[in-house]
Amino acid sequence: MDRMPGWADAILVPLISLLLAAFLSALVIIGIGESPVAAFKLMVEGALMRSAGWGYTLYYATNFIFTGLAVAVAFHARMFNIGGEGQAMIGGLGVALVCLYIPWPHWSLALLGSAVGASLFGAAWALIPAYLQAKRGSHIVITTIMFNFIAAALLNYVLVNVLRPVGAMDPATAKFPDATHLPTFQDMFSTAAAPMFRGAPANVTFFLAVIACVLVWLLIWRTRLGYEIRALGHSEPAARYAGISPVRTVVIAMLISGGLAGLMSVNTTQGEAERLILNSIEGAGFIGIAVALMGRNHPLGVFLAAILFGFLYQGGAELALWTTIPRELIVVIQALVILFTGALDNMVRMPLERIFLSLRRRKS
Amino acid sequence: MTLMHKFLATAAVLSLSAGAAAAEPALIFDLGGKFDKSFNEAAFSGAKRWADETGGTFREIELQSEAQREQALRRFAENGNDPIIMTGFAFGNVLGEVAPDYPDTKFAIIDMVVDAPNVRSVVFNEHEGSYLVGMMAAMASESDTVGFIGGMDIPLIRKFACGYVQGVKAVKPEATVIQNMTGTTPAAWNDPVKGSELTKSQISQGADVIYAAAGGTGVGVLQTAADEGILSIGVDSNQNYMHPGKILTSMTKRVDNAVYDAMEAGTDIETGIYVMGVGNEGVGYAMDEFNADLVSADMQAAVDDAAAKIGSGELMVHDYMSDNACPVE
Repeated sequence: MDRMPGWADAILVPLISLLLAAFLSALVIIGIGESPVAAFKLMVEGALMRSAGWGYTLYYATNFIFTGLAVAVAFHARMFNIGGEGQAMIGGLGVALVCLYIPWPHWSLALLGSAVGASLFGAAWALIPAYLQAKRGSHIVITTIMFNFIAAALLNYVLVNVLRPVGAMDPATAKFPDATHLPTFQDMFSTAAAPMFRGAPANVTFFLAVIACVLVWLLIWRTRLGYEIRALGHSEPAARYAGISPVRTVVIAMLISGGLAGLMSVNTTQGEAERLILNSIEGAGFIGIAVALMGRNHPLGVFLAAILFGFLYQGGAELALWTTIPRELIVVIQALVILFTGALDNMVRMPLERIFLSLRRRKS
Repeated sequence: MTLMHKFLATAAVLSLSAGAAAAEPALIFDLGGKFDKSFNEAAFSGAKRWADETGGTFREIELQSEAQREQALRRFAENGNDPIIMTGFAFGNVLGEVAPDYPDTKFAIIDMVVDAPNVRSVVFNEHEGSYLVGMMAAMASESDTVGFIGGMDIPLIRKFACGYVQGVKAVKPEATVIQNMTGTTPAAWNDPVKGSELTKSQISQGADVIYAAAGGTGVGVLQTAADEGILSIGVDSNQNYMHPGKILTSMTKRVDNAVYDAMEAGTDIETGIYVMGVGNEGVGYAMDEFNADLVSADMQAAVDDAAAKIGSGELMVHDYMSDNACPVE
């Protein structure tokens, strides 16, 4: 065996990457004359020590779980779906149509309806790139990223020309009916004596995301379809030899991926804004790539990585509120984490692997 | 638990007493960012002017995401900041929900009307200002073809475009106005390269005066227009200085005055709708030493005449957003 133990791969590598990113971020903060210790304290206090902070952290995390799972599922079939952004946008359109045009009696039914709408629309948006990849060999990276732009243009057209209430300034739909209001954490956990999660946008969709994690785990490791997806991902000729249709598997994997990406819009559109706005996705589709990379395409890893990125987003907001650190540098800090945990993964892994191997050799 | 209560009570008293003393105003910039050389920067310069003149301080935040709108409003309100000023219509819905939760805090929103007893809604008649610069564009044009480059394709920018076209046609009914929007996503507010490309394309179609209502994208429009030797028109802030002698004028939208007034009024700020048009110098066109040679006395007289008529109500400029349509193309 020339591999390091599983725990080192799953925990030690991301941890060291994080520490490196934190170290560089600290240098950046020192560089602009602020105290990194104070900044880190502010981030932790703002994101994790107050219930409202958790409310924001988990709200962002919900988005990242969905988009992270979307990337992970596609990646098991060795499809690099970077169109989560567009699929989520179109998913939002599904949510808006379902919420606006169907008179829901209760939020729970509305949630089911909008989840179906979001995943169908998101999946539909992934269908064309999937078909082009499976049948025509057009590279999925190219087509999915191009579909992001088409989605933005389509959404803009629909919002400005079709769904916008007359006279409204914002390119956005009307507010959804009250019956579709999803319970936020504030509604669920607050009592009159102890208000919790005040004003925070985290809502019941978070639990939907947790369920999605479990379902994706079941799908990938406990079903025949999941086996086919993984088999195809490892080797297409072998999968073909085993009687697995690559076309069918690629299309289905991409449909599931697109559906998951679409689902994040339930959180932003129905859960937070309660209307469809133009930029409700704000890069969560791309963050999903980093989340999936860091989470090793495993639902549990995706879940933890999504919480980490939720923390970075919410902590970044706290920095912006109470310090003079400009927002560009907050983006730099977030980017450093993505760089180290995602792109520079091997930089940590390879030396670590060598250390483990030499240790083992010495033992034997 | 009791310790916690005591702590909370002390904190509440502290924040109350802090609020009772001179409350610190707060300013929230929209996603475009503080230094967009345009709308948000105008707000910042107004706040800075207030701070310099009074020695006061203010809190500020540049937003990074949509969810932060509500967060920033609530955190500032809970922190005792008053008044809380925000730039951009996108805050409308959120403020409508947040304002009633903090009845003792005053809010001011620019570019949007929010109907709440503790909100000042500052709106600008951009179509009037655009009409005036449209007239100047038509008079300065030799090819009788002028251009308009908008930022993101939204009703507000169509309102600019519609006022501009009306102004052009008022002077030269046969003139052609080429209209382009930079994009359909918020990135269109900050894409100078695309602005430059659109400018080149409009020049190739014969435009010799181009009006940029595009936030940071406009920087590329003004630069390319200056490089190619045609005239351009800036927006929001007075941008004449950026290319002296190459920028015909700027459609000024005195966001800085709106912010300054709100901070000056402090916690006693009057609420309600506050319209800033040509009449009360909320919008207008910029004249300074950088464009003095470009604007003849005749031009200025004609535009001033129109401004007076708009101010008195004699001349009505159609507002695109009143019916989502423009009478002229």
